[in-house]
Amino acid sequence: MDETDDLFPPIDPPSPAEREPLPLSALAQYTYCPRRAALILLEGEWEDNEYTLRGTRAHENVDIPEGLLREGVWVERALPIWSERLGLSGRADVVEFVNGVPYPVEYKVGQRWPRELARKAAEVQLCAQALCLEEMFGQSVPAGALFSKASQRRREVLFTPELRAATLATLSALRKLLRQERLPPPAADERCRHCSLHAVCMPEVPQALVHFLSHNQP
Amino acid sequence: MTTELLNTLYIQTQGVYLRLESDTLRIQHEDVTLRHVPLHHLGGLALFGNVLVSPFLLHRCAEEGLEVAWFSESGRFQGRLAGPVSGNVLLRRAQYRALDNPSTCLYLAARFVEGKLKNARLVLQRAVRERGETEALNQALFEHEAALRQLPQARTVDEVRGLEGQAASAYFAAFGDLLLSGEFRFEGRNKRPPRDPVNALLGFVYALLTTQCTAALEGVGLDPQVGFLHALRPGRNALALDLIEEFRAWWADRLVLSMINRKQLSPEHFEERPGGAVLLSEEGRKAVIVAFQGRRQETLQHPLFKEPVPIGLLPHIQARLLARYLRGDLPEYPPFVGR
Repeated sequence: MDETDDLFPPIDPPSPAEREPLPLSALAQYTYCPRRAALILLEGEWEDNEYTLRGTRAHENVDIPEGLLREGVWVERALPIWSERLGLSGRADVVEFVNGVPYPVEYKVGQRWPRELARKAAEVQLCAQALCLEEMFGQSVPAGALFSKASQRRREVLFTPELRAATLATLSALRKLLRQERLPPPAADERCRHCSLHAVCMPEVPQALVHFLSHNQP
Repeated sequence: MTTELLNTLYIQTQGVYLRLESDTLRIQHEDVTLRHVPLHHLGGLALFGNVLVSPFLLHRCAEEGLEVAWFSESGRFQGRLAGPVSGNVLLRRAQYRALDNPSTCLYLAARFVEGKLKNARLVLQRAVRERGETEALNQALFEHEAALRQLPQARTVDEVRGLEGQAASAYFAAFGDLLLSGEFRFEGRNKRPPRDPVNALLGFVYALLTTQCTAALEGVGLDPQVGFLHALRPGRNALALDLIEEFRAWWADRLVLSMINRKQLSPEHFEERPGGAVLLSEEGRKAVIVAFQGRRQETLQHPLFKEPVPIGLLPHIQARLLARYLRGDLPEYPPFVGR
């Protein structure tokens, strides 16, 4: 861990008021759309929080499909993971231990999100899991994988210095957003089409309101 | 068990039937009448678990603005009766106004912390009596005395939080000295996730108690998210966290200590996950809930009431007193202090 530490920008430790760790899943939400993360964290629009979601998955004893398991690998499911340093807490779907080295495997989030963005969000979240695992097990975690339910395939993700930096930047941005207590403006683009919070977010309304007011002058 | 408190009737006996008989409420159990209560004595009903209420009694409560709240048998708030005019809008307005009034915030924050400190002191004092002094226990007692002395001079809610924090860290530094069983150790408080059995237990019992406090606040019509000591955060029941402070040491910590010290729990009741998270097993959770419910049924002499009250109703009593204070009906809010 020591040699990788130099690659990280120094992070502000969470202030006492921010002692409550953030749910890991918020990083993927924020990467996808900051307003979506804000609706979930600030407006309490929980659909399924980290714990209930992972909890049900764990309790249902999900049969992890072929392709998620490899020969001779110790597997932990719904593993509680956290980082004191970053103020993160959550659960990992699957952590494999290959010769004792943790290897996180995450279901693809946002099945129907635009592909490129979904990939980026999932990578950031997976990387955040790796940072937690590094702190917990005191060893470096060089790689993990994303598992796509649709294609039943896994794709390896390397935790490069760039991805780590992007993940930490996302975390700082998320904390900043929460301090402001204001909702960022809506995306009003293709991201909204399959967003489950569309009805709450009302992304078209600001534009429509401007139009409405300009045509209805007293 | 039925108790009449602050004009609210708490019904916890399973399978009873409440009906209206002219201007009287009649409590029946299998065709036997247990009690009659004149309606004009009542301000509300709190119904726990399987308690039936006749429609006519409900109509009458709605009409007269009597508060009726349903809870699960274990005390989780389920819902309340809304009559034609909701009687607690004034209470909610008073609660929001109090939040905008720094001196009221300071007053209430200090009361909650006073309750916490006094009850924690009781737990520490009892430990000293039962097993003698230790350096950490003495230090914790000293910190609690100091915090209680300085509390009246606190100028801001942040100062109150600071005093509470200092006492709490000394308390948890001594907490390991309260464990008599060699099977469990305590090296400090941690959570989300807990990393040892004692922290897993504390977290679980605090969660049970928070549920009780949330339910009690909901039951009297207060907004459980609007707290005075705890900062407001979306989805966080800040007022329930304020209220639980009075009960943490006296109720939750004591329950945890007695379960461990009486060997009602063993390391088999816990599950350690790779990386260090520790969770209560299903069996462990059951054992804790049984003990917690047993404790709720025990009675004690509340300093403000003649009749002994079940411990399970303490959060309801405190919620009611808080509502009375916020409405200007009581000049002070008295935090609960045990013995």
